[in-house]
Amino acid sequence: MKRIEAVNDFVIKFANVNGSGSASANELFAKAILRMGVPVSPRNIFPSNIQGMPTWYEARVCEKGYLGRRGGVDMMVAMNPQTWAADVAEVQSGGYLFYDSTRPVAESALRKDIEVIGVPLTEICNAAYADPRQRQLFKNIIYVGALSVLLDVDAAVFETLFAEQYRGKELLLESNVRALHLGRDYVKNHLQAPLGIRVQRADKVGNQIFTDGNSAAALGCVYGGATVAAWYPITPSSSVAETFQKFCDKFRVEPQSGKNRVAIVQAEDELASIGVVVGAGWNGARAFTATSGPGISLMTEFIGLAYFAEIPITIIDVQRGGPSTGMPTRTQQSDLLACAYASHGDTKHVLLFPEDPHECFEHAAAALDLAERLQTPIFVMSDLDIGMNQRLCKPFTWDDARAYDRGKVMTAEELEAGKDFGRYKDVDGDGIPWRTLPGTHPTLGSYFTRGTTRDPYARYSERGSDYVYNMERLLKKFKTAAALAPQPELRRAERATRLGVLYFGSTSPAMREALDVLTQQGYELDALRLRAFPFAESVSQFMAEHDKVFVVEQNRDAQMHTLLVNELSIDPARLVKVLHYDGTPITARFISEAIAQNLTPVQTETPLQKEAA
Amino acid sequence: MTYLAKPKLHHPTLTTNAVGYTRRDYEGRVSTLCAGCGHDSISAAIVQACWELNIEPHRVAKLSGIGCSSKTPDYFLGASHGFNTVHGRMPSVLTGANLANRDLLYLGVSGDGDSASIGLGQFANAMRRGVRMAYIVENNGVYGLTKGQFSATADRGSKSKKGAVNRDNPVDLVGLALQLGATYVARSFSGDKEQLVPLIKGALEHGGAAFIDVISPCVTFNNHSGSTKSYDYVRWHDEAVSRIDFLPAHSEITVDYAAGSTIDVLQHDGSTLRLSKLHADYDPTDRYAALSYMHERQARGEIVTGLLYLDPVAVDLHVSLNTSDTPLNTLQASELCPGAQALEKINASLR
Ligand SMILES: Cc1ncc(C[n+]2csc(CCOP(=O)(O)OP(=O)(O)O)c2C)c(N)n1
Ligand code: SF4
Repeated sequence: MKRIEAVNDFVIKFANVNGSGSASANELFAKAILRMGVPVSPRNIFPSNIQGMPTWYEARVCEKGYLGRRGGVDMMVAMNPQTWAADVAEVQSGGYLFYDSTRPVAESALRKDIEVIGVPLTEICNAAYADPRQRQLFKNIIYVGALSVLLDVDAAVFETLFAEQYRGKELLLESNVRALHLGRDYVKNHLQAPLGIRVQRADKVGNQIFTDGNSAAALGCVYGGATVAAWYPITPSSSVAETFQKFCDKFRVEPQSGKNRVAIVQAEDELASIGVVVGAGWNGARAFTATSGPGISLMTEFIGLAYFAEIPITIIDVQRGGPSTGMPTRTQQSDLLACAYASHGDTKHVLLFPEDPHECFEHAAAALDLAERLQTPIFVMSDLDIGMNQRLCKPFTWDDARAYDRGKVMTAEELEAGKDFGRYKDVDGDGIPWRTLPGTHPTLGSYFTRGTTRDPYARYSERGSDYVYNMERLLKKFKTAAALAPQPELRRAERATRLGVLYFGSTSPAMREALDVLTQQGYELDALRLRAFPFAESVSQFMAEHDKVFVVEQNRDAQMHTLLVNELSIDPARLVKVLHYDGTPITARFISEAIAQNLTPVQTETPLQKEAA
Repeated sequence: MTYLAKPKLHHPTLTTNAVGYTRRDYEGRVSTLCAGCGHDSISAAIVQACWELNIEPHRVAKLSGIGCSSKTPDYFLGASHGFNTVHGRMPSVLTGANLANRDLLYLGVSGDGDSASIGLGQFANAMRRGVRMAYIVENNGVYGLTKGQFSATADRGSKSKKGAVNRDNPVDLVGLALQLGATYVARSFSGDKEQLVPLIKGALEHGGAAFIDVISPCVTFNNHSGSTKSYDYVRWHDEAVSRIDFLPAHSEITVDYAAGSTIDVLQHDGSTLRLSKLHADYDPTDRYAALSYMHERQARGEIVTGLLYLDPVAVDLHVSLNTSDTPLNTLQASELCPGAQALEKINASLR
């Protein structure tokens, strides 16, 4: 057996039972590797269930800094008897299997072509702790301790992490350190370490931060000045609102009175949560809601109203596998069309596509500005992969000189000065009308907001010409949005090429790696990362410059492809769909193979294959 | 026609109130509702109440759902901002508006279809959250705007023109409001201005969720003999709403009766409505007594009107959320944004 040998470049997967407290131990493990200066990208693979069901934590350790999923498992930490067979089978030949050897496992349940490492975790634990809850929790720390020796991670790194985590809680600190060493000592005394895969100190993490997209989006809403939030629990978006509450408890309390500079409502459903946001936006507060696909479905009537009545609202959509309840704990990019054209009649909405937690922060804050500038719904299209997994990313930044863009709000003084106020009148030629807030002036500027058609002065009208004027103005506003929204990011190939690739959102890290792989294989592609819909001018330009453009997305029906063809009148024959939609995050391997396959001199007819989970 | 503004011809001798407005200043556009519709009487009562309370019209935000009743905010307080939202979901929009600016007065207008069917959940949750507002349901037992289908407040056993019998029990919004924690609960009749105006004034001045169920006959869809109450019946008439001119004009039904007494009110359809006004010495501060009193009278076929329940120390949503006294929509970046330095600390904690 040739065992896998790799320093700072492997995938380790933890198979656990939901509710066993393993999540924090696994996170501790990932953080320790980061502290060794080696990039890690973990992903939670969890069921739509609370307790007892299988859950996995897959961590990719990669000194080169690739943060996408790689595919394949070099080491399995098999802590769940329920999924034993599948977990053992998943390890790549030459890889490693770590398990609790307290109870003997039949030879037949093991594999010859992998290295099996048994540590009697339960036995060690039972000997050290009497309390059943402690036994369960510390078993997790013991395996982290054992792994730290096997993979050559310094004990000091963990001790520092514990010290930070349990500052002022000496008892907890001590017992955790003790559990860690129980695991470390066993391995040192009984096993050969380190293994062929191991961690070595490096300096590839720099000043990057390690956080998840939902927390980042919540923080973006705090920095962006959101004062009203309404939400209804749904995976994977709930932690946006929950973390927003946490940050507000810290940052939004008036020092003198102890009162809150924010109102957060857990509504009775999504109809109400978006309703609250619409009401608050109408009345001049920056407001947002966070939801996922099924919530978007319920919100669509209100989204249409906000579009037509021109009310600023921000919606953070953390996408998951659909349709219907679909795969609630798996990732997809499949709400694009549902959001881009949400509601009946002719509607079009602005979508932003954050690539990582850093951009979740940026886009959430930008969405609040854009919503007020454009007086329309803005969607931040996150997904479970970015939203619920911790990712290494650029640190957050904020310019203290940055002012909020409150958009075109006419004041009492401006009204008094005789400025023409026509609520739905395009005075500036950008399609964006002026609004007044309720209570502004005793006699000037009031109007009646409604979903029915009206003339430019907001007076009810069903005249065809008034309707068309309004609809055309909304289109013009949409065009204005293309210039105001985050612009695409272009990565040119080293050599001039007529091949291009378009991608967006959480596909980013896998794409970065795939492009490097493709370059090594001799394929040169220019890459454009879309950051918003409507498409910027540069997207059409990119299309014009390339004969063949791959469009990489994580859904079955090529929804971004549809948007491109629909909105830019592109010849579909020039676009090649690269689709991944089994619920797992797309991998570099999948992308590069799909593209390379399409570029072989003799084009094959084989459809693109999905990679097994 | 709503796009015709009412001509503002101020008579120099029109009386002004303490804040310098005449009653005309509280009016809105010309109503497009059927002549004699109870909803117009309620609009008139709102105008009267706001004028008498010396409310500056632009300090009111008026919100509604969808329906004939929900169109009415366009017909009063022309100088205030109005919002005709979506069917049944005025309560959430009003909640958001209220959270954005606690300094305005919030008036929510809805119909029985709007609040008791599609919007029942929002009605219930607004009551239980204690959103500060005057929530008026203009209750006619039918869907007016969609031409006369049964609404959820229609009585069981009432008949449609085609002879269909309503098999479902009615939703009693007053009973619900009482149970859900509304702190001001009343019922009235659109034609009883004497009673309605003070009730609306009380609701506008109330510090929490104030609910008034106003029985408001639909003159167009209640004119057959099979209904148990005037507003229960449905008559299908294709063009009725858009060709209002062809409908016979009814005069609004008004009543005048003393506290503690009961009267039978003859409706457009020939049926009678038995209203029973609360005694002057009725104690409205006991939520549960109010419920049982109401049910007791209901069993006798009477509809109790008046202020059924009042909690004078109402707690509104802003108190529950402990929100800043400064309206949230006026807060500046300096008060909202923790700044770059705090962000550096957050970054450090994530390494
Ligand atoms: C989502 C939705 N469903 C249905 C309708 C159609 N609709 C308009 S008004 C109305 C009922 C109005 O009845 P009610 O609230 O009792 O008011 P009224 O007209 O009787 O005053 C309905 C069902 C709608 N506008 N929106
Ligand atoms: S249909 Fe009925 S509720 Fe609607 S305006 Fe006419 S009378 Fe009033």
